[in-house]
Amino acid sequence: MSALASLLALLLHTALTLAAAPLLTGLVRRIKARMTGRTGPPLLQPWRDLARLLRKQPVVAEGTSWLFRAAPAASLAATLAACALVPSFALGMITADSADLLVLAGLLALSRAITALAAMDTGTAFGGIGASREMTFATVAEPALILVIFTLALMAGTTNLDAIAGLVGSGALGLRVSMALAFAALGAVAVAETGRVPIDNPATHLELTMVHEAMVLEYSGRHLAMIELAAALRLLLWLSLIAVIFTPFGLATATGATLLWVPAILVWLAKIAILGTVLAGYETSRAKMRVFRVPEFLGMALLLGLLAAIFLFVSQGFAQGSH
Amino acid sequence: MSAAGLPILATLVTLLLALGVAAATAGPRLATLGTAVLCALGAAIDLLYLAGGATPQTLSLPIGLPGQSAALALDGISGFFALLLLLAGTAASAAAMEDHDPAPTAPALPVFLAAMLFTLLAADAVALVSGFELMSLASFILVLTHHRDAPVRAAGLLYYGMAAIGGLCLIVALALLSGPGIGFAAMRAAPPDGWRGACVLLFVVIGAGSKAGLAPLHLWLPPAHAAAPSPVSALMSGAMTKVALYVMVRILFDLCGPAQPLWWGLPLLAMGLASAIIGALRANLETDIKAILACSTIENVGLITIGLGLALAARAADLPALAALALGAAMLHILAHGLFKAMLFLSAGSILHATGTRRLSRLGGLITAMPFTAAGLLLGAACLAGLPPGAGFAGEWMLFQSVIAAVRLGGLGLQIIVCVLAAGLALATALAASAAVRLVGVALLGRPRSPEAAAAHESGPPTRWAILLLGTIVALIGLIPGAVLGLAEPALRLLGNAALSERAGLLGITPHDHGAGYAPLGIALLILLATLLILAVQRAWAVAGHRVGPAWDCGFGAPPAWLPHGDPLTQYGGLSFSQPLRRVLGPALLFATQRVDMPDPGDTRPASFSARIHDPAEVLLFAPIGHLRARLSAFADRLQFLTVRQTLSVIFTALVAFLGAIALLEQL
Repeated sequence: MSALASLLALLLHTALTLAAAPLLTGLVRRIKARMTGRTGPPLLQPWRDLARLLRKQPVVAEGTSWLFRAAPAASLAATLAACALVPSFALGMITADSADLLVLAGLLALSRAITALAAMDTGTAFGGIGASREMTFATVAEPALILVIFTLALMAGTTNLDAIAGLVGSGALGLRVSMALAFAALGAVAVAETGRVPIDNPATHLELTMVHEAMVLEYSGRHLAMIELAAALRLLLWLSLIAVIFTPFGLATATGATLLWVPAILVWLAKIAILGTVLAGYETSRAKMRVFRVPEFLGMALLLGLLAAIFLFVSQGFAQGSH
Repeated sequence: MSAAGLPILATLVTLLLALGVAAATAGPRLATLGTAVLCALGAAIDLLYLAGGATPQTLSLPIGLPGQSAALALDGISGFFALLLLLAGTAASAAAMEDHDPAPTAPALPVFLAAMLFTLLAADAVALVSGFELMSLASFILVLTHHRDAPVRAAGLLYYGMAAIGGLCLIVALALLSGPGIGFAAMRAAPPDGWRGACVLLFVVIGAGSKAGLAPLHLWLPPAHAAAPSPVSALMSGAMTKVALYVMVRILFDLCGPAQPLWWGLPLLAMGLASAIIGALRANLETDIKAILACSTIENVGLITIGLGLALAARAADLPALAALALGAAMLHILAHGLFKAMLFLSAGSILHATGTRRLSRLGGLITAMPFTAAGLLLGAACLAGLPPGAGFAGEWMLFQSVIAAVRLGGLGLQIIVCVLAAGLALATALAASAAVRLVGVALLGRPRSPEAAAAHESGPPTRWAILLLGTIVALIGLIPGAVLGLAEPALRLLGNAALSERAGLLGITPHDHGAGYAPLGIALLILLATLLILAVQRAWAVAGHRVGPAWDCGFGAPPAWLPHGDPLTQYGGLSFSQPLRRVLGPALLFATQRVDMPDPGDTRPASFSARIHDPAEVLLFAPIGHLRARLSAFADRLQFLTVRQTLSVIFTALVAFLGAIALLEQL
């Protein structure tokens, strides 16, 4: 029975994630438009775009291989698999035991590598420049992300996301300086990984400083729809991840009363909406950075991650096990 | 069957040596086939032996030093390494059959395999050193296969020098250990302590580390691996570096006993981290595909050494669970890396065979013409990048779990070291991912950069079978890492006195008491279900099929008719792909310098750009040693041109000093 409930929770989570991801992208775009004095597209516009793209036959660039055609589905599948690991409204989904933060980072890296390879396959300068920069940014973002995971794992004793969220939610860890530092570091990594301003600009590709949009320049039709959906899912995934680690209240459990799922879903939607608004505000207040400033930005995140770990060592007296 | 493991493997050594002789006199192709069959047979026997619990076996041979017999032994540790060696040997010698015009050095291949197997089976100092030196010699001959090229000779010379230093240090280390006798049993009975132990550690790290490619003794790997024929590079990278690690494990963990201090792990951690970062960064900057793979070997040997260092420290701190986890990570990565790197080298060899070049700037677009090679390279690169559910990820995941658990080792200083280790590991794995994308993206994808690449063709059946064999095993390791840990179980019991059996099953690895962990099969299932969902939606709602048109490329024109694949320079290549990384990390880690010469407007001289990197080991260690050697030889040179009177006085002084030294030593 409990296995069935946790499977049901996963299915509902996946359906909700798929439905909400384009809406979140629409929300961020709309708020950004409002903040800059424009009306902005309606919330449903990303969904409409996806439906429109599905109705168009893709044009595939000459000289590309099967990898170029398979990449959008593969990259989307990896992102979707990653989404299934990050709890939204309920802990204890059937994937809970596999919801490891390192695996999550690995799945996102898989999706990124596939997209970068597809970009290289087009044989154009745009694809190459996008892939090269994406991999460089990932290289400098990864140590910061791993240090955040390291800090969380030290506090919770595991890299399992469900267990970490459960422990933070139970209040056993209390409020810590390390948590605040880890939050800042993870936020910076999230901005880089989702390709937002000031690292990258999701709204254009006609500048030499673009990264993600330069990589997917040659895609059209259903391929582009999958790429856009994957980007929207990635944004939702990162916001959900931050929400579940740093604000793990109002969460239901998959095996608990099903009636409690409804308020938990509403709380999750509210958290995502608030985080989306904060992101929109941050993006509006920033200018896009030069490419070689990005490593400095992420180096700051690395430093915050390192400080988070060291604060933890100092405050907790982790030396109990020493000899 | 498993009881006869050691005699059969020992016979295998003899048969392989005999095949070497046969290859020199009779048909080399037949000898290569025989090598492949023998290795496959040995791998099967070894697998049965490991699965059967790996009871230690010993054998005494009536050869060796006068009055001494050579002792051989087989236990869980040597059995595990032998499995890797024999599997890689099967694939490499199968691929070597592709060679239609065998080089005169072909007989050294079975000898090389025999020497490595003998090193693994050795149970006394003389046998170990003989095997190790024969391994160095055979691989040196194989590296020199294309000795008519000057870079090959230079690579061979460098390799020879490093092997000589390494061998010498290993002999010193074993001499320090063998007080009561040269047998391993006698050494175990009297473990070294104090300064003698520290010296053993130092000499083993230099002796075995130089062969394994640990920084700062890694300089020989990229040129030697690029120079050797591809099956040989596959064996050197996949198996030989692991045999060197075996020697390190055997001496530091087994012969030196468990009562060594905690700081013994620190040199291994430092060298491992340095190797991982330098190797991964250089893999991004090299332009020769085999040199890229060799640099990635440096990185992976670094990762394995970090695991070994953590295990050594954990064992000293009496944390058996951590020791088992770190050792398990190292063992898993040893097998996984050995096999996927062998596969990558065989694929690279296939590319070299098809296009006649190893330079990234001459490749591109090979994926359509060489689907099999491309599949091997893609799978290998996914492992290299540490992507789940590949074989590379499982070991790295376990390694990271042991790094997290390692904060329990000691006080704040050690904890900060562990923290730096975690960040460094992340940097190395992310760099490796970038290198993998670059390798595949430039060599296999995009437009061909040369006529040779445009006219490439797939390799013959032997290479394809070899890649298929390795690919299948690598995929299985990725999906069921618990099975590999099961095979490593006897080794873990011997080395760390701890087991992982209740932590690692067929479904996944769970390092803690609660059920959470890494379940590759579950992750693979999740990805499969997501793919099926996407395909179903696509089938139901999307317009089917696609059209082919010229690339949009923001409006750039199509290439002219006389340049069917366009100008290669309009496409990102190996150097341009890694330019941001060179700029971000190069100056700090690799002494990268670049010179841009941009003429003023109106000036008609061409603009030029040059970028150089220097390995820190070259600048900080080898260059000073080279200077010292040059100065010493210049000083010694002066002795040649002394007058007769001066020569006589020099000889007289030397004689007096010598006699004085003897008199002084007599007094002590």
